[in-house]
Amino acid sequence: MTATMQSRTTGARPRTAERRRASWVPRGLVLPALIFSILLTQIPFVVTIVFSLLNWNQLRPSEIQFNWFHNYVVVFTGPDFLPSLFSTVTITGTSVLLSLLIGLGFALLLDRKFVGRGIARTLIITPFLVMPAAAALIWKWSMLDVNVGMINYGLHLLGLPPVSWNTDFPVATIIILLTWQFTPFMMLILLAGLQSQNRDILEAASVDGAGPLRTFRWMTLPHLRQYIEIAALLGTIMLLQVFDPIAIMTKGTGGTKTLSYLLYERAFIGLNIGEAAAFGVVTVAVTMVVATLALRTLFRVFIEGNVRDA
Amino acid sequence: MHKVRGALLTGLTWVLAAAFFFPVAWMVFTSFKSESDASSIPPTIAVPLSFAQYAAVFDRGAGSYLLNSATASIGSTIIVLLLAIPAAYGLSIRPIKRVQDVLFFFISTRFLPAAASILPVFFILKTLGLLDNITALALLYSAMNLPIAVWMMRSFFKEVPIDIVEAAQIDGANLRTEMVRVVLPILLPGIAAVALICFIFSWNEYFLATLLTSFQARTAPPFLASFVDGRGQFLAVLSAASTLAVLPVIIAGWAAQKQLVRGLAMGAVK
Repeated sequence: MTATMQSRTTGARPRTAERRRASWVPRGLVLPALIFSILLTQIPFVVTIVFSLLNWNQLRPSEIQFNWFHNYVVVFTGPDFLPSLFSTVTITGTSVLLSLLIGLGFALLLDRKFVGRGIARTLIITPFLVMPAAAALIWKWSMLDVNVGMINYGLHLLGLPPVSWNTDFPVATIIILLTWQFTPFMMLILLAGLQSQNRDILEAASVDGAGPLRTFRWMTLPHLRQYIEIAALLGTIMLLQVFDPIAIMTKGTGGTKTLSYLLYERAFIGLNIGEAAAFGVVTVAVTMVVATLALRTLFRVFIEGNVRDA
Repeated sequence: MHKVRGALLTGLTWVLAAAFFFPVAWMVFTSFKSESDASSIPPTIAVPLSFAQYAAVFDRGAGSYLLNSATASIGSTIIVLLLAIPAAYGLSIRPIKRVQDVLFFFISTRFLPAAASILPVFFILKTLGLLDNITALALLYSAMNLPIAVWMMRSFFKEVPIDIVEAAQIDGANLRTEMVRVVLPILLPGIAAVALICFIFSWNEYFLATLLTSFQARTAPPFLASFVDGRGQFLAVLSAASTLAVLPVIIAGWAAQKQLVRGLAMGAVK
């Protein structure tokens, strides 16, 4: 494109030097971002891999030595890895699923014209804007606290006994918070999907006598497929790395010790850098695997083969 | 019948939206109460309200933490824009070869958890004496947000009609004028969306902030997290501190809702 443009403006075939310059300009535009990104994310990751091959405990800094895959053996045979993997998958999977479902509900409710629709949408997207550290604290103390929490007051009004969420149901506590924070994100993506539907076709369907449920099942849901897919993928990837509410609400107790919290504990409390680095590398691997897996399963559950396009 | 159902759905939407928003509203309301009113059950509604808790929060040094948050967020947003706008331009309007590869690279760095790089980053900063340094934090936030910014910017760039660019090129506009005079004005809403999202992610970031800063460069999220000391009642003052920390992003997000929604949708779907 650029080359043809230039030949038109100069009225002659571009000289080699000129063509080379023309291709170097866009490359020069992309390079700074590329180099910056490589320097600050890729190189540290490579160094993490090197760290993971070292016997390096901060308590004995003079004894750093190469010990190949010993840390990985410790990670995979140790008592912490499997429970932590399970916590990570449970918390991520449940939160993604719940926030997708509630987000879809909100998106459907907001995909109508009604008085105050803008305000309702504003209220619903707000949790996504709230700083996760603040959200964790407010939910822990103001909402879910066993004595003064509003949720327990609500239970009391319904005649139910108070629940000590944070100590008795730590996993549920984290999932409630994450679902609250990520529902707006899902809702926004799904709403964008709903609003990109072809209204004429929907109307034609209703004229032809298709009820709202059938229209939803056979027209809206397949159309939403790629939006659900992307919302689930992005949500999974963001939630797999979740750290803030765990550090603030439960400190990894009661089955909430996710991989990223475990790494933090090993490195910054246990001071075992080699092992922590091995956990880091494993976390990256899990992120890739789970993101792919989650996507496939979600699809089998959600849209069970009623989409015929490839 | 149809009307009744519509009204019911509208009512339901309203109730659910209000319930969803309740924790935020309750936080703001609690921040104006006294400590004893804040933690009384049944909850108090008609009580005297004051700014006393906000004064207490600032007495604990909230000002410098909020300032650090602002420095890191605004600084990193500027760096990200300076890097992402040219890059997205090079990936869309004047495409280089292997656009797909470069884009894939950028998004894959986003999928890399912070866990992948935190240890080397920590030791490098420690060696360089840059722990607890706000510039270092801003640079890391830039790296964190750059991939999203490039992706979003690129989808906005793709909406610029190529005819306009070509017309400018025929006029003999060189690259810089072509970009500044022709393309940038069309892109301003998109740039605003990208800037807003980068600002929000940086402002709210906790993991790096808590590990890489301690006092000088401490930002608002780790300050908040260390706020609950377990002694006596703290709900009201915690609510005030949280409200202060949360408010800039909520106001920005509400004001620029259209751009935010568009930006998220585009960045996510395209």
